[in-house]
Amino acid sequence: MAAITLKDIVKEYGDGYLAVKGVSLDIADGEFVILVGPSGCGKSTLLRMIVGLEDITSGDLAIGGDRVNDKAPRDRHLAMVFQNYALYPHLTVFENIAFPLRLQKGAFTEEQVREKVEFAAKTLELQDHLQRKPANLSGGQRQRVAMGRAIVREAQAFLFDEPLSNLDAKLRGQMRTEIARMQRRLGTTTVYVTHDQTEAMTLGDRVAVLRKGELQQVASPRGLYEHPVNLFVAGFIGSPPMNFLPGEIVDDVLRLPLVDVPLTDDLKARLGDRKLVIVGLRPEHFEDASLTDDRRSADGVTFDATVDVTEWLGSDLYAYVPFDTNPEVAGKLEELDRDLDGEGMRTQLVVALDSESRVRDGDDAKLWVNPAKMMVFDPESGENLTYDADAVKEIDQQNEADRKASLERAQAREKAKAS
Amino acid sequence: MTAEVATAQTVEDAARPRRKVARSDRARSEARLGWLLAGPAFVVMLLVTLYPILQATYDSLFAYRLTAPDDKEFIGLRNYVEVLTDSVFVQALLVTLLIMVVSVVVELLLGFALALVMHRAITQLRGLLRTVILVPYGIITVVSAFAWFYAFDINSGFVNHWFSWLPFIDTDLNWFAQQGTSLFVIIASEIWKTTPFISLLLLAGLAQVPTELEEAAEVDGATWWQRMRKVVLPNMKAAIMVAVLFRALDAFRIFDNVFIMTNGANGTTVLSLLAYRTSIGRLEIGLGSAISVILFLCVLLICFIAIKLFKVNLAGARGES
Amino acid sequence: MRAMSTRLKVAWAVITILVLVYALFPVFSILATSFKLPSQLNLGTFLPKTWTWSNYEQILTGSAKDLFLPSLRNSIGISLIATFVAVVLATLAAYAIARLDFPGKKLILTTALGVSIFPVVSLVTPLFNLWRNIGLYDTWLGLIIPYLSLTLPISIWTLAAFFRQIPWELEQAAQVDGATAWQAFRKVIVPLAAPGVFTTALIAFFIAWNDFVYGISLTSTSAARPVPAALAFFTGASQFEEPTGAISAAAVVVTVPVVILVLLFQRQIVSGLTQGAVKG
Repeated sequence: MAAITLKDIVKEYGDGYLAVKGVSLDIADGEFVILVGPSGCGKSTLLRMIVGLEDITSGDLAIGGDRVNDKAPRDRHLAMVFQNYALYPHLTVFENIAFPLRLQKGAFTEEQVREKVEFAAKTLELQDHLQRKPANLSGGQRQRVAMGRAIVREAQAFLFDEPLSNLDAKLRGQMRTEIARMQRRLGTTTVYVTHDQTEAMTLGDRVAVLRKGELQQVASPRGLYEHPVNLFVAGFIGSPPMNFLPGEIVDDVLRLPLVDVPLTDDLKARLGDRKLVIVGLRPEHFEDASLTDDRRSADGVTFDATVDVTEWLGSDLYAYVPFDTNPEVAGKLEELDRDLDGEGMRTQLVVALDSESRVRDGDDAKLWVNPAKMMVFDPESGENLTYDADAVKEIDQQNEADRKASLERAQAREKAKAS
Repeated sequence: MTAEVATAQTVEDAARPRRKVARSDRARSEARLGWLLAGPAFVVMLLVTLYPILQATYDSLFAYRLTAPDDKEFIGLRNYVEVLTDSVFVQALLVTLLIMVVSVVVELLLGFALALVMHRAITQLRGLLRTVILVPYGIITVVSAFAWFYAFDINSGFVNHWFSWLPFIDTDLNWFAQQGTSLFVIIASEIWKTTPFISLLLLAGLAQVPTELEEAAEVDGATWWQRMRKVVLPNMKAAIMVAVLFRALDAFRIFDNVFIMTNGANGTTVLSLLAYRTSIGRLEIGLGSAISVILFLCVLLICFIAIKLFKVNLAGARGES
Repeated sequence: MRAMSTRLKVAWAVITILVLVYALFPVFSILATSFKLPSQLNLGTFLPKTWTWSNYEQILTGSAKDLFLPSLRNSIGISLIATFVAVVLATLAAYAIARLDFPGKKLILTTALGVSIFPVVSLVTPLFNLWRNIGLYDTWLGLIIPYLSLTLPISIWTLAAFFRQIPWELEQAAQVDGATAWQAFRKVIVPLAAPGVFTTALIAFFIAWNDFVYGISLTSTSAARPVPAALAFFTGASQFEEPTGAISAAAVVVTVPVVILVLLFQRQIVSGLTQGAVKG
């Protein structure tokens, strides 16, 4: 187990394409770090450079304090789970898991090999399938065999390359917890690549968001969610995604398409002399005005909106409100949409209301929103003008303490079980 | 593509110290390795075809008989004039084309039927069918030619006895005594031997048509025939075209069956046999070379027509794109 | 799967029988002929009236022995060598085509395609002349070289198609698992590539085994003449006797191994034939 340090890592392909543009990242020993971003952001390339399947154009990569740029994959002592699992079709499950051990000739006796493989199989509940060939396994089983191979390798770190993308939704949820459990129990440093923000948020101690080969922000999931540094991170993290509205500043009022919001002094100072901004509001920052109590109502503003479509999900009710956007920010928002692999559909507000709400398709509803939760972005640079670095630091420190505690708990449990 | 190339090289790169100008270096070393590996095969292929055809082209410009090598004399294109104006050549060409067209058409229909049968058959049955279908493919052409020859032969054959109830067949019918019946047996044996190959190609083409397409057409109300014609066939056009072209070129080279069954008697001489008899039989190297070159040009012409007119994408359909 | 109705079952049975008859009838026909007594050849029956091994005796130990046995040896030896050389060269080339990106890759594939459609007879005349001049006429080598024009192109295409389907990322997975480049090749790639190489060898062998044009043109004695060519030179036991029985027996002898190979490796041969030809 070891810390992994990336310093100014650059990847330039033969045709001059810059896939990774100088990424620096410190991954602590035992930490679970997610590399996330839309397709083509360089996350997989970064992972392949760490494991040594892709050479590093410039920058330094250290594992456990040693620079490993020029080391062959086998000498880096890492274990990787590939997107398509990369199981050897000609070998049984047992031999697939034993493969890394067999490669070190004479290092293990037959007895040791069996012990290790059986331990891994037990951890992953694969005991009944050891003699089968990969072709006869289900997707989830293949996934677990791939993880088994990683476990027996007793590697410095685990690397996962979109390991769940070939599974269906239900299995994905199960395997997600399985991976989290395994990581906590073994306490192995883990780097996990995904394009799915839900996986990123649920699995990671820290999440690194990448866009076009550049690192946007590294923070705890909560830090990212509550304090994104820019439009991109704000739009990428959260489901349903954050609503982006054009905001015009007229005197002391921020004029949004559906509602006017009074400006506080703090916000006015942050805005400077900008006349137009992009305002971000998460769906859950809205509520059905008829369901908010009076005290909360006073904190926010209410407005009328024509609801187009509603979706009742049991726990929430999503309501969609179309609006006309400002042509001056439309370009920026379209670009953002493209960056996020979007389809460039109509502009609409998504609000998550209480499931008790009686708002239905086509209603003229009265909605409530809390302006204190509002994020304001520069329309040119996309920078979050309401970003609070101190708050993020505090959240991350809390998160780090929580992580250490849970890791210790898991290890203690494991020890207790063993003795 | 970029990623693939890059990963293919990882083995060497990982072991090699990183360099500033990795790009051109890598491309060059990859090209060198590629030619190092593929070069021998490439050279051998050129040696066994390009050299002989160039030699043949050269020889075809001479009056050159092996029985009188000293009389070798440059005569320009006169060999070609002689060949092309010779009625024997014209007839051989026509017979060859007839065999080619008839056998390819019949094989296409029969092969498609076989492919459909194999495609629809349940798994166990499919294995059996594919196995028996492969038997004609695996059998030596000469053996198949003898089998058909003996079956139809007036002395040793049983076909005349079995089918004597048909109006134009009786026990005295000598199939190999006239052109029509001889060609019938020749073409039948050719079809028998090579239909399996075409049906396997078509089967692979059929397998590529997504089942959903057919199901969608069925839901849309198409009859079986409409589904075949409007959904399945258009989607396997590439496979059909390739199968037809390959078989056409193959049938154009027909030699073995004709040699065994009639040896060209009764107007059954084909181009290959004519070339063989001229150079190997009569040792007229100059004239034989001219026929060889013409044969080669015919193949090129067929390819050209197929590719230009029918837009057969050989490379695409053969898994290259 | 839906249960089949009786009518459907009958239909499938009929279809299967039709296909069986189509594919096997000529084979049985020559098999039956090979067991006929020379004197009973002209009875016009399908099955022999009296079954006899005499035709086989004639080609294996009797008068046709010197014609048949050397040619069998030639056929086996020449076909095996031509197959081996073609598969070795094609494996290297196909590996390069499937794994590497280099200028001229397309040229090699196009050349292979061009060679495979070449009319064999066009090559025979100049080779005949040249072989006589340099002493390769009527020798094994004199056939092995032209056989490469038959076996090499199809081997390259088939193997390139096979190699493209190998999940090469497994090689990388093995390296991450701690394998050296050599270990990754030997323990992962070789087992995955072997079936493709084997199938290709089988198909190449069939093609070499089937040749007639080169065999009849470039040989003159039993020193190198392969079976198909030798069959054309068979004569009867006496001048007035047709060699029908002996030829049939010899044909059966060279057909049996092919049928056995087909039975054993049906699946591989089909995938090899179609993969080389259409995207599979």
